[in-house]
Amino acid sequence: MLIDKKTVDYVAGLSRIQLDESQTELMQTELGKILDYMKILQNVNTEGVEPLSHVFSMTNVTRPDEVTGHFKREHLLANAPDRTDEAFVVPKAVDV
Amino acid sequence: MNWDIVIGLEIHVELSTASKIFCGCSTAFGGEPNTQCCPVCIGMPGTLPVLNTRVLDFAVKAGLALNCQITRYNKFDRKNYFYPDLPKAYQISQLHLPFARNGFVDIGDKKIRIHEIHMEEDAGKLIHSSGKTFLDYNRCGVPLIEIVTEPDMTCAEEVIACLTSVKSMLEYLEVSDCQMQEGSLRADVNLSVKPKGSTEFGTRTEMKNINSFKAIERAIAYESRRQIEVISSGGEISQETRRWDDNAGESFVMRSKENAPDYRYFPDPDIPPISFTDEFIASIQENQPEFAKEKAARFAAEYGLTPKDAAILTTDKNTAQLYEETAKSASPKETAVWMLGEMMYLASTTGAKPKITPPPFAEFINAVTGGKTNRTAGKQVFEYVFGGGEDVAGYIEKHGLAQINDDASIAAIVEKVLAANADAVAEYKSGKEKAFGFLVGQTMKELKGKGNPALVNAALKKHFTES
Amino acid sequence: MMNLTALQLGEKIRAGEIGVAEAVTAALGAAENSRTNAFVTLADKEKCLSQADTIQKKISTGELTSPLAGVPIGIKDNICTSGLRTTCASKMLDNFIPPYSATAVEKLENAGLIVVGKLNMDEFGMGSTSETSHYGAVKNPHDENRVSGGSSGGCAAAVAANETFISLGTDTGGSIRQPASYCGVTGFKPTYGAVSRHGLIAYASSLDQIGPIAKNAADCAEIHKIIAGRDPKDGTSLDLPETACIKGVIGKKIAIPEDCLIGNGVDEDVKNNILETAKKFTEMGASIDYIKLPFNEYVIPAYYIIATAEASSNLSRYDGVKYGFRSEGANSLLQTYNATRAEGFGMEVIKRILLGTFVLSSGFYDAYYKKALQVKALIRKHFAETFYNYDAILCPVAPTTAPILGESLSDPLKMYLSDIFTVTANLAGLPAISIPCGKDANGLPIGAQIISDVMKDKVVLGLAQAYQGVQQ
Repeated sequence: MLIDKKTVDYVAGLSRIQLDESQTELMQTELGKILDYMKILQNVNTEGVEPLSHVFSMTNVTRPDEVTGHFKREHLLANAPDRTDEAFVVPKAVDV
Repeated sequence: MNWDIVIGLEIHVELSTASKIFCGCSTAFGGEPNTQCCPVCIGMPGTLPVLNTRVLDFAVKAGLALNCQITRYNKFDRKNYFYPDLPKAYQISQLHLPFARNGFVDIGDKKIRIHEIHMEEDAGKLIHSSGKTFLDYNRCGVPLIEIVTEPDMTCAEEVIACLTSVKSMLEYLEVSDCQMQEGSLRADVNLSVKPKGSTEFGTRTEMKNINSFKAIERAIAYESRRQIEVISSGGEISQETRRWDDNAGESFVMRSKENAPDYRYFPDPDIPPISFTDEFIASIQENQPEFAKEKAARFAAEYGLTPKDAAILTTDKNTAQLYEETAKSASPKETAVWMLGEMMYLASTTGAKPKITPPPFAEFINAVTGGKTNRTAGKQVFEYVFGGGEDVAGYIEKHGLAQINDDASIAAIVEKVLAANADAVAEYKSGKEKAFGFLVGQTMKELKGKGNPALVNAALKKHFTES
Repeated sequence: MMNLTALQLGEKIRAGEIGVAEAVTAALGAAENSRTNAFVTLADKEKCLSQADTIQKKISTGELTSPLAGVPIGIKDNICTSGLRTTCASKMLDNFIPPYSATAVEKLENAGLIVVGKLNMDEFGMGSTSETSHYGAVKNPHDENRVSGGSSGGCAAAVAANETFISLGTDTGGSIRQPASYCGVTGFKPTYGAVSRHGLIAYASSLDQIGPIAKNAADCAEIHKIIAGRDPKDGTSLDLPETACIKGVIGKKIAIPEDCLIGNGVDEDVKNNILETAKKFTEMGASIDYIKLPFNEYVIPAYYIIATAEASSNLSRYDGVKYGFRSEGANSLLQTYNATRAEGFGMEVIKRILLGTFVLSSGFYDAYYKKALQVKALIRKHFAETFYNYDAILCPVAPTTAPILGESLSDPLKMYLSDIFTVTANLAGLPAISIPCGKDANGLPIGAQIISDVMKDKVVLGLAQAYQGVQQ
């Protein structure tokens, strides 16, 4: 299956990655090739097979409801590209 | 043409655990920005979520209270979207296997069906200022349950009844404090209209950002009117998400269906699935508290209250608790009178939260019923107790609010009043009963409201029968 | 000194023949003069020496008893080290300094090992050659025109070139085993969950696993002993059952999948060396059977669907908001996202994010992602059955030896297909090791892979140690 440019644009938009003209073309070709190859998966009969998201069947791995203290704010903000003394800063966000 | 309004709700409730759903940070409200955060809730590379066990307890309690079937095997999924309030760019939620399904809320004469309830994490807070947005992640990772109802409501009253009932139950369960103004209870309203009696649903819109019962009423009125106007003038409703602006009294389009996000849900590989055993569910069920409806019936029977008064006193847990604790050591009737009258009045006129506790409240009621203070002067004493005052006797003494039970003092004042109001005395004697009340009032006024009403009445009667 | 194994060095340290400071100085020097471009960041020398001093004292007082106490170690650059830059070999995290360490790193440091540097890799672990690094390709010490393998290429090359004594890598689809094979060293991927992933910067969460790359299996076993175990910070981590490390091979039943020797682009030299290895195991008392792996042709698509889907979500957090790179000049939030991610990620990473986004997107989930999880279930079940009859599987690590630099990236599909023998262990959560088993006509190392059932990490390590014991 070769995917069209619109699909590449759609997926790049969802991923928040801006591709230029040539990158879009390259991705269209390469993703097309890979997805085309992945079609063989459809040959496997998986009727009635429960999808396996976790290899082990363990359940309810939890921790107690305890406040374990907080990280120093300065340490959390230290890597931020734009910040104040107390908050991360981004260009004005509008509703989504 | 007449119209039917069709409303469904998505109710987000913050659970009142001590720590967040996937890390050990505090969930306390109102901290300094980013002081209740750690690398996990800020989504730093390499960090992993580990589920808070109490979230499961609280969720199942809520699910059972709302009459849901609990999903024995359920999972967390990732909901992927980019927004600065979501540091991982995905929200851990439940799509494929929500923990509870097919419940209902009783709102008196009607049942509002619940489609499902799922667990998820709350997002952070954005503060917009001078063209920039500042991010505070304290709220990020606070546990939430989202209750999704069927579109079973037809008006704002039903919506508020549904929310009130849900709120009451969650408060009784102590799984949430349900403070709408702090955002621990939030409701999105899905609304559509259709010609009266039509079986076909209209296109619905979803309204977000509604922060009070008043706002819900306004938003529903606005949106139903808007939709009816659009359709009446030949237009069509488009399926969209709208943002309610309570200051403007209007809702605005946030996004349309064509721009509906593709969330790419998939099972979160970091969190092993959840399984609830029958034993676990039974043990939760056994320990469910008495909810409003049952409690009201019991109050009516045990304390001789009218069903209406009992219902009001049991709507929320704190009120019911205050009543019951107080009524243990004071007159249940008189307690109800003060709570339904003066307490509700003070709460609604001052907007203050009652700080009243059972021991001083009972002492106050006993002071009233025991004649230590009367109803008129008692209002001032009650205000003191309402504000958290505890030394009832001391307050009465200090402010001179004790009832005057002394016959001689009352007789002296009565004489004075009769002398000064010869006209009224004459009127009464000529058969105008009303004048008697006037004279009582004048006497009480002279006594600064502290006279024992029974003694005042008796003294006046005595005068007239003797003269 | 640098050609010592980690255990040999540890022994000399305990015997007082080599000082910890001396070992640290040697390791830092070797790393600094790396000819394979294996290191991205070196630890601060003063800090290392002060650590060395403390550890030296603790060894002499008997407070530190690990046989590896005092041994310097290199850490793959996708494993967080508190206060030490951790980049994932990406421009996106070029300036990222984590305020915490991975649990595995903490455990190593508590045992007295000293982190001397961060090792080069494919960007975010996405690649099979360590060429997609923002810091340049890692070279194979056996032939500098060839790749080291990937994604833990820096780990394998540094150990092979005696630029570090031992290293900690990660394996999502063969990223420990394949570079170990290409570089002629030993690399072990534990059972999924045996080592906490806390602090491992995720590529594909359900497949990622931390493990050692070392000069031999004994060193790997020692590291594994230190880092394994359930961690409250990782809900998918677990304790392995306490079973003794099997010393002997006698009576062990080993299976060789036929498909791993015929077709699938397997070199003749690779095939012959695996058969040689099998012969050695029979000489040591094991029995060999040939079996069929029915789902072999489906493991690559299933693997790449699952891995990229998870990656597309895991890598969404790199948005220029909280840490890492942010594109300059973008003046809206959307532009900031779009430009930051376009400039911060390399093309291979972008390709995998797009692929993963596609397979999860509306309308395609069932045909791709769900299908892949179903195939994963079948593979898991099939391995459970296989290991009911066999103790271990023996097969090649890769169909070929190390390719020439630049060759693989020109044909990405071919590169993906070369992971065919390694990804199964990740899909099924199995422990697997890569051990050197000979060389091809060009003198390039060939790796043999031993795989066992989940939780049987010690079976894998034991067989590998027995084989290497006989080889010596």
